[in-house]
Amino acid sequence: MTAPATARAASGPSAPRERRPILEIRDLVVDYGYGEDRVHALRGVNLTLHEGEVLGLAGESGCGKSTLVYAATRLLAPPGYISAGEVLFHPEGGGAPIDVLRQDEKSLRAARWQDTAIVFQGAMNSLNPVYRIGRQLTDTIAAHRPEMTRPEREERARELLSMVGIAPNRIGSFPHQLSGGMRQRVMIAMALALEPRVLIMDEPTTALDVVMQRQILEQIMELRDRLGFSVVFITHDVSLLIEIADRIAIMYAGEIVEDAPAQDVYRRPRHPYSDGLLHSFPPLRGPRRELAGIPGSPPDLAHLPSGCPFRDRCAFAWDACAAVPPRLVPPAVPDDAEGRLVACLRHDEQAVRYAGFEPLPVPDRLAL
Amino acid sequence: MSNVPLDVIPVDAAGAAEAAEVDAVVPSRKRFVFLRGAKAITGMVIIGVFTLVAIVGPWIAPYDPDEMTADLLVKPSWHHLMGTDHLGRDVFSQLVVGTRGVIVVGLVAGVIATVLAIAVGVSAGFLGGVGDEVLSSLSNIFLVIPALPLIIIICSQLSEAGNFVVALVLAFTGWAWGARLLRAQTLSLRRRDFIEAARASGEKTWRIVWFETLPNLTAIIASSFISTVTFAVLSQTTLAFIGVTSVSDWSWGSILYWAQGNQALARGAWWWFVPAGLLIALLGMALSLVNFGIDEFVNPRLRLAGLSPREMRRRKIRPRIGFTVVAQDAPRAVARPAVVPVTGPAEPADESLPAAAGPRRGDGPTGFEPPSALRRAASAAPGAPAGPGASAGTSDHEESAR
Repeated sequence: MTAPATARAASGPSAPRERRPILEIRDLVVDYGYGEDRVHALRGVNLTLHEGEVLGLAGESGCGKSTLVYAATRLLAPPGYISAGEVLFHPEGGGAPIDVLRQDEKSLRAARWQDTAIVFQGAMNSLNPVYRIGRQLTDTIAAHRPEMTRPEREERARELLSMVGIAPNRIGSFPHQLSGGMRQRVMIAMALALEPRVLIMDEPTTALDVVMQRQILEQIMELRDRLGFSVVFITHDVSLLIEIADRIAIMYAGEIVEDAPAQDVYRRPRHPYSDGLLHSFPPLRGPRRELAGIPGSPPDLAHLPSGCPFRDRCAFAWDACAAVPPRLVPPAVPDDAEGRLVACLRHDEQAVRYAGFEPLPVPDRLAL
Repeated sequence: MSNVPLDVIPVDAAGAAEAAEVDAVVPSRKRFVFLRGAKAITGMVIIGVFTLVAIVGPWIAPYDPDEMTADLLVKPSWHHLMGTDHLGRDVFSQLVVGTRGVIVVGLVAGVIATVLAIAVGVSAGFLGGVGDEVLSSLSNIFLVIPALPLIIIICSQLSEAGNFVVALVLAFTGWAWGARLLRAQTLSLRRRDFIEAARASGEKTWRIVWFETLPNLTAIIASSFISTVTFAVLSQTTLAFIGVTSVSDWSWGSILYWAQGNQALARGAWWWFVPAGLLIALLGMALSLVNFGIDEFVNPRLRLAGLSPREMRRRKIRPRIGFTVVAQDAPRAVARPAVVPVTGPAEPADESLPAAAGPRRGDGPTGFEPPSALRRAASAAPGAPAGPGASAGTSDHEESAR
């Protein structure tokens, strides 16, 4: 299972591929509610998606994964409220980046699907049961490419269907005539209709069986290699993420706590939370190890504790953790991959000293 | 490798105390949130005043409304606040005394019609099959019966048509519309997963209806109640106006009846009919306002927003699906690479720390205090949050982790 992944990891992110950013999320603060008692669901998230990269977002339920991507695309439903930050989209062929959060509605509408497409959670239920899938596929193309004629659009729809492994003659089918996996693939084809540069997938395969999941993921990865778009992939399935993602960002309580190449996260987690997350599922190979899980549950975002939000559940917390909020810094482990970031005070001696505490060393477990 | 006992989680005392404090704050959530809206408050106040007048009306009326005086058709003055009619009776006293009839008919008819609508509508939606057919036909029949002529016939047949009789007749002719609405909504609710789950887990039907379904129908029930009350008030006024109900019972409609019958308009006695008309309009407006308030209260999404609609307009917050609201003049990210400045941990770069921690989160214009500011305040007193034993405890624990 890990064979292709390791091959990609060797050639992928660590290889000197040009790492041009395509989507930069900076200091994004998102609240639910507008009044004084609103909940801060995201608290200053920084994340960069590079061209052609598969970025995985992982974390427990309610840690802000979906909120992050929906806020970054301004699709967050009311009472979502973006109270600070920037989301910079770098247009094709260089040029000044566009701030999605300050785009007017018309240009936002025009840019959607064209620049950034989303496959939603349970997307297969998004198809309208009374229209043939061909019509639903061509709708988007007609809206964004008015110059295309009807036969051209039909042709494109057929092409899209075969791209996701559905026979082109199914273009006249109604959604109920397709299986769940096929409907999901139709949604993926639809998302790819305008050749977006960023594809956001919010648990696209959660409702599917493992065989179908594998097929769909292989197709996405193949299409990614062919078309060169970037993918943001959200899932609870960390083992899946390790296999397909180039880079993984682990989120906890509305913040990113670790941001590192996928294989590094898997083999050498630097944050106690990532470590706990990875010990929550069994490895397929290698020595047997005890499944640990993470004790406790995530904090109430409306009443966050001071300092590190993870400290109550952390085996390595000490008194500094109650006072100093961790920031994303390169880990204090020599020879770590460049660009690797972790938000843990064990790795941030400087901040601990600044706050007047005695720093503690990185535990062995987090310095493999 | 991981022999960490799950039950030994280092929780420092300060954290626990803080959590307890937070818990103490939580229950003081504002109740009756819907009363915060200016619309709902206005509506409630108006209805409250009317209800009060309905209760104490006969005692506070300055004159006996039936008392005839020599002051025929005098204009409003301090002596007669709203003038007098053609028999020298005080119009203001008639209005005050007549309020009771309007309110009683409105409320009684509203309550009875709503109960009927719930009984018929929800049962029809829940029963399905023949029961649904019968109850639906029943409400369809009542729906197409022209209400007013029917009421006129019934009232003229009854020798003494008092307020309660009128209210009953109005309720029996006015429930069908609400029943249809409730049936439709119940039908859609009945197939939802949570109802099916309740059924599957063996809950009794009355329980499913009462505790699972009805709370979901609150908005419809409330709005149907309010519109039935409006309908009843208007019908009662109409009936009194055309003289179907007893004209000796004072109500706003019977004032209009007397005014109409004695050519108040032609005689220019505007004070005779304008106040009654305005009061009817005012009551209708108040009912609509309360309806808006209930709508906001029942819809949890609107409630969660936590801001009054006016405040949202002021801040130019327009919640919409597909275009998330971005704070006006939201602070942008600080111009710097997306990654926190890379400073080696050994490197003594004092100024880089506040710089990195400071602008990490922006300060919203809406009074939102960034968590970083709070946390920095907390970190200003580094020794305080940690209990004396906490440090030793964690290091012990760490040993065992290794």
